Amino acid sequence: MALTGLFFLFYLLVHMYGNLMILMGPEAFDEYAHHIRTIGEPMVPEKGVLWVMRIGLLASLVLHVWAAVTLWRRAGQARTNRYVMKRKGYGNFYAKAMRWGGLAILLFVVFHILHLTTHTISIGEPQPTPSQRVVESFSQWWGVLIYVVAMVAVGLHLLHGIWGAAMTLGLNTSLKRAEQIRFVSILVATIIVVGFLIPPFAILLGLVP
Amino acid sequence: MRLALRIWRQDGPQHTGQMVRYDIDGVSEDSSFLEMLDLLNEQLIHKGEEPVAFDSDCREGICGTCGVVINGEAHGPERTTTCQLHMRSFKDGDEIVIEPWRADPFPVIKDLVVDRSSFDRIIQAGGFISANTGSAPDAHATPVRKEDADRAFMAAECIGCGACVAACPNASGMLFMGAKITHLGELPQGQPEREARVVSMTEQHDHEGFGGCTNLGECTRACPKGIPMNVISQMNADLRRAGFGAR
Repeated sequence: MALTGLFFLFYLLVHMYGNLMILMGPEAFDEYAHHIRTIGEPMVPEKGVLWVMRIGLLASLVLHVWAAVTLWRRAGQARTNRYVMKRKGYGNFYAKAMRWGGLAILLFVVFHILHLTTHTISIGEPQPTPSQRVVESFSQWWGVLIYVVAMVAVGLHLLHGIWGAAMTLGLNTSLKRAEQIRFVSILVATIIVVGFLIPPFAILLGLVP
Repeated sequence: MRLALRIWRQDGPQHTGQMVRYDIDGVSEDSSFLEMLDLLNEQLIHKGEEPVAFDSDCREGICGTCGVVINGEAHGPERTTTCQLHMRSFKDGDEIVIEPWRADPFPVIKDLVVDRSSFDRIIQAGGFISANTGSAPDAHATPVRKEDADRAFMAAECIGCGACVAACPNASGMLFMGAKITHLGELPQGQPEREARVVSMTEQHDHEGFGGCTNLGECTRACPKGIPMNVISQMNADLRRAGFGAR
């Protein structure tokens, strides 16, 4: 759970860096979109690195979901007689939302692939280049809204996920260290959410050429 | 104080239980929670009814025998054991819901009494050190760093009451197990068996049917001794060192 989660986090940081290229203009973004398909050529076939990444992500997803389902199933078996009364407001809401929030993020990822990878769904008019598709999609307020909701879900998932990963990896060894881990999880989750939301808002407000 | 109690009644391990309502009057707010239950039981006996079974021993908050879930909180609203909880924490006219620890590795014996032998078996699996018999060694024979001693004592505060399991949404026993592992692992005497200990205790924990940890922190909130979650992380660190694999 922790290792696959950290792999997703690493991927998100790379993905965020790529997205921010749109701020440097459509040519830079299209060049980047083309480049990730030709990394390592001619030693590596076209889209080779991309497919290694995709297979790695898919394998991580399977393991991540398998671990989550195992935990869920064990929890169900460990308490077959439920409490009549639960403590009001127990736990952090975002920590309790890991399972349903994770499922929501998975649905968003499916939508996101259909939208900007396979172009099965288009927000606004269909466009020929990657940069034009992104600009067209985020010129629609509801296109921005979908991505804002998704990124908030990702941010909340990370807020508890980074904390949990640090716990699992045995990094929380003192009360002071626990505070540091809390701080890092808030910081990283904020960087991811803000970093991913800069391009959509920049486009919506007409700041991208 | 006049109170409306809703208490879990269950005749035995094989029976199905249900919540039963009892109205009680004349409870002093200076009495402890268990004294309030004693008062109820006296009234039930006078009426010829079966008294409510609950566990208790020292009534000083140090033995870990007592423990019920009160209004959804293990040991009730204060950070203490049920025996050290006092009725001044409640208001006149309150409805109080009293349930046993609910976890399949803690089967109900009767009413509010559960069988916590699964904790004993986890301790038997690795919660010990090997030491030479004979006269006690000199106190300064094996030096221990102050920081290590402090952390070992912090973890050793665990009284094994089971509130962590009761409060955990996954019914995991990892705060208890982590406390034992940290307690022994911080001291020189605990080093020889350190790796074998964490592996066999974890295997026993899973074998007993406790759930896994999702790092919510309900355990540490419910713990009457305030054992922090970092003992669970310590357990994971020791597991990794023992080559058990991260999870």
